[in-house]
Amino acid sequence: MIYGGKKIFAGLFIFVVLLISPFLANIGKADAQPNPSLNTPAINALATKQCVGSQQFMRTYHMQLLNQWRDQALRHGEYTYVNSQGQKFTISLENTCLKCHSNEQQFCNTCHTYVGVTPYCWECHQKGATQ
Amino acid sequence: MKIWSSLLAVVALVLIAWLGTGVAGLYTVFGVGIPYLAFLIFALGFIYRILKWGRSPVPFCIPTTCGQEKSLPWIKHNKIENPSGTAGVVGRMILEILFFRSLFRNLKTEKRGDKLGFGSAKWLWLGGLAFHWSMLIILLRHLRFFLDPVPSLVRGLDGLDSFLQIGLPILYITDIIIVAALLYLLARRLFVPQVRYISLASDYFPLFLLLGIVTSGILMRYFLRVDVVSVKELALGLVTLRPTVPTDIGSIFFIHVFLVSSLFAYFPWSKLMHAGGIFLSPTRNMANNSRRVRHINPWNYPVDVHSYAEYEAEFKEKMKKAGVPVETE
Ligand code: HEC
Ligand code: HEC
Ligand code: HEC
Ligand code: HEM
Repeated sequence: MIYGGKKIFAGLFIFVVLLISPFLANIGKADAQPNPSLNTPAINALATKQCVGSQQFMRTYHMQLLNQWRDQALRHGEYTYVNSQGQKFTISLENTCLKCHSNEQQFCNTCHTYVGVTPYCWECHQKGATQ
Repeated sequence: MKIWSSLLAVVALVLIAWLGTGVAGLYTVFGVGIPYLAFLIFALGFIYRILKWGRSPVPFCIPTTCGQEKSLPWIKHNKIENPSGTAGVVGRMILEILFFRSLFRNLKTEKRGDKLGFGSAKWLWLGGLAFHWSMLIILLRHLRFFLDPVPSLVRGLDGLDSFLQIGLPILYITDIIIVAALLYLLARRLFVPQVRYISLASDYFPLFLLLGIVTSGILMRYFLRVDVVSVKELALGLVTLRPTVPTDIGSIFFIHVFLVSSLFAYFPWSKLMHAGGIFLSPTRNMANNSRRVRHINPWNYPVDVHSYAEYEAEFKEKMKKAGVPVETE
């Protein structure tokens, strides 16, 4: 015998619906993984298609790298970055990252929309030239 | 002993997840099998506990009140502290759940000289509220891993929480608050002698487990980063029932998820069930209407009574003969 059965079942119904709502919301949706495009003039002109760091490093740590760049440039006046292979890069969001990745929409943005982050950098910095 | 065993249990969970993925490479087990199992245990266990509570009768009308009951029209009725009907009960329940109003009344009893003093004690209320709200916001923010496209509500919450724009990835305010609140709640059990005396392993374990979850999450976000795109792939795979297991995510992620799975599986069988229990607390979910509505005890046994009227009807003649006065006539 369940006392106050109607209320308890209504409550449990709400509980279950809330719990499985992520499952319900995804019914019939294809998992569209982001596919950041490397098709830019600058990258196509590269001999070896290489980023500032290894691909795995860039995927996971690029925001921390940018932070480090920002601090190095603006707090220490240090405008050269040397990566683990000894290659030198000029520290600049617009003139280094976005020179190669001039397709911000098809590159940075595809990933960021997918995981739901909106970097606020573009409030001041210019996006790529080919917007 | 209770403290160390709880801490050890959490450390063991971390080690299991770390060995299981980092060394043994059981990504499917820790990324798919265990999370699904934990989810099922949580859902079914929660329902089971609620139904079990639902089967307990409530013998008396026992709402706790601390305000004027509904009475004559010219006496001011305190609608929230002393609800007279469903609307009042719902209002009070919502405020209780969102703001822990009854905990706000928490008192401290102290002996000052040879006098007993009562003072207000709001720190527990503040710590509890800070922890629960942070946890809720973090859980809602985590929906960005499980929903595609990410709803604007979740993005907005993310924006508010990272509003200080410190560092990259941006520091979440709730991350600081939840750690501070959990440490306070733990310190309270460790350093207040009376509280320490009544604390059990089942009080310490959830605290350590939550601290483990939060620490692994924070480590993962700010220090030992993982590829969040792969994480979302895995999470979406889980909720679309087409699980995929990317193997390029670091062990820290699997430690985080294994601790979360442990929490979910542990939840229904522990004190954490207060999340569901609050709704079934007779002291909170009943209206104080006992002067207007008769509360029937479901336990009432149908008693065979033999009323005086029936007695007299049966023995009337004999009573009259013996000269005993009878009421009828
Ligand atoms: C010299 C041109 C160049 C520069 C400068 C450059 N990148 Fe790259 N980036 C590339 C190439 C080429 C790849 C693909 C690397 C690969 O596949 O191994 C790449 C890959 C990436 C990836 C990983 C994409 C994926 O699909 O996994 C990220 C993230 C990234 N870059 C961000 C940045 C950021 C942030 C900067 C500035 C700090 C930057 N890049 C500067 C050329 C460049
Ligand atoms: C309030 C405006 C503003 C915002 C928002 C902003 N920046 Fe900047 N940033 C600047 C200014 C101004 C400079 C200095 C440019 C210079 O001295 O050459 C700069 C310089 C930098 C530099 C070094 C030099 C260069 O030319 O790139 C980096 C790297 C950088 N910002 C990264 C970022 C990143 C990453 C974000 C987003 C998380 C961001 N910034 C957001 C204003 C901003
Ligand atoms: C492979 C996918 C991918 C690509 C390509 C990519 N990002 Fe990201 N980026 C991410 C993920 C995932 C996060 C968020 C991680 C998290 O939630 O902790 C992120 C976060 C950031 C952040 C920090 C935002 C915040 O609010 O914390 C900045 C800044 C950023 N990316 C800049 C860039 C720039 C600039 C580019 C293009 C040159 C770029 N990213 C390309 C995946 C990518
Ligand atoms: C009880 C449930 C959980 C709690 C309390 C919790 C707590 C946290 C905390 C405090 C953080 C730090 C960053 C932030 O606040 O977002 C975090 C990060 C993270 N959590 Fe959880 N978590 C939970 C469940 C999960 C689950 C089920 C997943 C599976 C997808 C998950 C995946 C992650 C990931 C990937 C990060 C890193 C995010 C980033 O880098 O931005 N968490 N978690």
